[in-house]
Amino acid sequence: MIRLSALTKRYGSFTAVDQIDLSVPRGQLFGFLGPNGAGKTTTLRMIAGILRPTAGRIEIAGIDIVGDPRAAKSKLGFIPDRPFIYEKLTGAEFLRFVAGLYDQSGPAIEHRARELLALFDLEEWRDELVESYSHGMRQKLIISSAFVHRPEVIVVDEPMVGLDPKAAKILKDLFREYTRRGHTIMMSTHTLEVAQSLCDRIGIIQGGKIRACGTMDELRRDAEAGATGLEHIFLKLTGENAARALVDVLDA
Amino acid sequence: MLDFVSVDEPRRPDPSLFHLLRPKVLTARAKAMAGERGRTARWLVLAIFGVLFWAFIFGVVFRLLKYFRGVPEIGPLLAGKLLGLILVGFFSILLLSNVITALSSFFLARDLDLLVAGPVDWLKLYGAKLMETLVHSSWMVLLMAIPLFAAYGVVYEGGWFFPFIVAGLLGPFLLLPAAIGSAITLLLVNIFPARRTRDILSVIAILTASGVVLLFRLVRPERFAKPEGFRSLVDFITLLRTPTSPLLPSEWVQRATMSWLTYKTDLLPWYLLWSTAASAVVLGAALHWRLYPQGFSKAQESAQRWARSGWFSRVADRALAPLGVLRRELVLKEVRLFFRDTTQWSQLLLLAVLVVVYVFNIKFLPLKGDGMTFFLRNVVPFLNLVLAGFVLASIAARFIFPGVSLEGRTLWLLRSSPMSIRDLLWSKFWVGTLPLLILALLIVGVTNYLLQVSVFMFMVSIVTIAAMTLALAGLALGFGTLFPQFETENAAQIPTSFGGLLFMMASVAVIGGVVILEARPVYGYLHARAFGSPSDVTEMVAGFGLAGALCLLSTLVPIKVALRRLQAIER
Repeated sequence: MIRLSALTKRYGSFTAVDQIDLSVPRGQLFGFLGPNGAGKTTTLRMIAGILRPTAGRIEIAGIDIVGDPRAAKSKLGFIPDRPFIYEKLTGAEFLRFVAGLYDQSGPAIEHRARELLALFDLEEWRDELVESYSHGMRQKLIISSAFVHRPEVIVVDEPMVGLDPKAAKILKDLFREYTRRGHTIMMSTHTLEVAQSLCDRIGIIQGGKIRACGTMDELRRDAEAGATGLEHIFLKLTGENAARALVDVLDA
Repeated sequence: MLDFVSVDEPRRPDPSLFHLLRPKVLTARAKAMAGERGRTARWLVLAIFGVLFWAFIFGVVFRLLKYFRGVPEIGPLLAGKLLGLILVGFFSILLLSNVITALSSFFLARDLDLLVAGPVDWLKLYGAKLMETLVHSSWMVLLMAIPLFAAYGVVYEGGWFFPFIVAGLLGPFLLLPAAIGSAITLLLVNIFPARRTRDILSVIAILTASGVVLLFRLVRPERFAKPEGFRSLVDFITLLRTPTSPLLPSEWVQRATMSWLTYKTDLLPWYLLWSTAASAVVLGAALHWRLYPQGFSKAQESAQRWARSGWFSRVADRALAPLGVLRRELVLKEVRLFFRDTTQWSQLLLLAVLVVVYVFNIKFLPLKGDGMTFFLRNVVPFLNLVLAGFVLASIAARFIFPGVSLEGRTLWLLRSSPMSIRDLLWSKFWVGTLPLLILALLIVGVTNYLLQVSVFMFMVSIVTIAAMTLALAGLALGFGTLFPQFETENAAQIPTSFGGLLFMMASVAVIGGVVILEARPVYGYLHARAFGSPSDVTEMVAGFGLAGALCLLSTLVPIKVALRRLQAIER
């Protein structure tokens, strides 16, 4: 469903994403992990068609996003890490607007928007301007908007930031159910427990390159002996020196 | 000397005023030094434009003052009156702009969480924010004041010390409205939530500005230039001698300036100015100490605002159905965002007043009676096109130019959707252009009716203004996309950016170009009508054809360039 071939993004002399090859098949929830500045957001924004790759190819449902962006994007829903949306629209109007971007409207969309808002406890707020929403509520509204047009693929950057425990649980269930129905999700997160419990496969990126990729069992094998949980594996693969240096900093 | 801090007690951190202002200074420096492509060219254009602007103001005031200086007795009185009038205008602008800026700098700025949560002394916070407010709201007035006072200094031979005198007067003159404006905002925020206050303030500001413009027009200041309109010279001199308002700081600055320039010693205005400014700052600080904590806390509350628009959606859905789902939703979004943002729609009030004043001026032009030929009556509406063009360009700068910049933070949504950027740009173009076109046709139609022009001139001006409107809208959208201000928090600041300046310059060039190209055929036609000779058809086709081509190119080329630029923007 998502296929990246030699995907590269350079900003001047700095290479943010370096020759990534990756494939996420239909019905899979893929977790994308990595330290800050590793290239996760850049990769996801390239897949969403916001950034243009310097080199390489991105296919969404078999369609090249650079060659035929409109066809590829119509299969896609994107949830960014920062919930910037139109402050002067109401929640319901925002969902309707997003559906309109995908050329969808009418009673079926109104019904679906209402159901999504109800799912995330936003129904009471549907006619209120977004400017009065909290950070978490905006995040929930953006998540709803990514589902409103029934995309085949969802690309999501840090979905749990700002969500209350109930919304986080709903989102996890939603993601699971969504992939069970044959759709694909690629998600970046720093919450390792979420990645461990939710993802079918996990990729770890550092310095713009994929360091490891596979199921939890495969990652365990890749990491050195003794690494059982994802946190251990993550630190082993991305360098645990930083964590050790903590003590030195606090004692300084 | 006694040290009140005991040995055991740890020293309290106390960041200085300069430390609080440092991030702003560093940000300004980083912006100025940013090594962007074309930076030198930008500065060069700005410098040329700035020098031209200064030279223009200096030239106008210089000529006026030269004339006044040649008039015995009432010359200095007229010069003083003129300075007083300009300074009253400056003071009102300063007060309004300080009230609005203080709302951002004291209550809504992003750095406030850090400063209020930190161990910052309240007085230093007040001082830092007052300075910030003062700089943000006064720089433009200061830039305009420089050539004004320079002209006074040159004409009245103020001497090498005159700039220091002016600096000594302008300091408290700028500080006073900053302190008063901040205090007014502080009181308002304690009564209303900050976000509501912003809405209320923008409406108050616009209404006040509209009122000032209307009042100024109704007073008909041009009669001051015609002493023969007064019953006697004594009446005229009495009017000139009466201070505009003895309690206004603008009057004090005027008196102090003129007393220096006419070699009379008058220290009272200096005393009044400095003591009032100092008192205002002290009182402002006291109010800040008493009311700021609760005001800041209230400012964090967001207003709950419901926006049910059932009937509007139903009507708009049907009316816009032929556009298709995507375009309909884009247009609806633009309309909703505009009318729900008080700071945006309230400017329509000012616009309405400007149009009324414009029509009022045309109505009272002395174009009837003796000596007014058919020729003159038809040339005026042609020149009217230039003025209407400028009005439309400034409206386009305010409403169409910021369109793409305002999408900055939500560009991720549009970029990740299958919508084409072309659709987005054209929806912005038409949503902005249609109201502008209606306004343009209305202004030109009504003024032409009042001027009773010939059918030919009526048609020429209507078609020209329509084509010119499309060109101005295209330029506004093009320059707005080429020079976007994605990070700005205040939409009102976008047109005053470098790109806004370039847009205005390009607009002036297009308006001038169209009028110059049409001048020859229009003159030829009027000449032929007046003297009964045949019109030159080739000349008319060439002139109007080239003007039409210029408008068409100015509409399409900027949009094409904008499209390419927007597709390349990565956000």
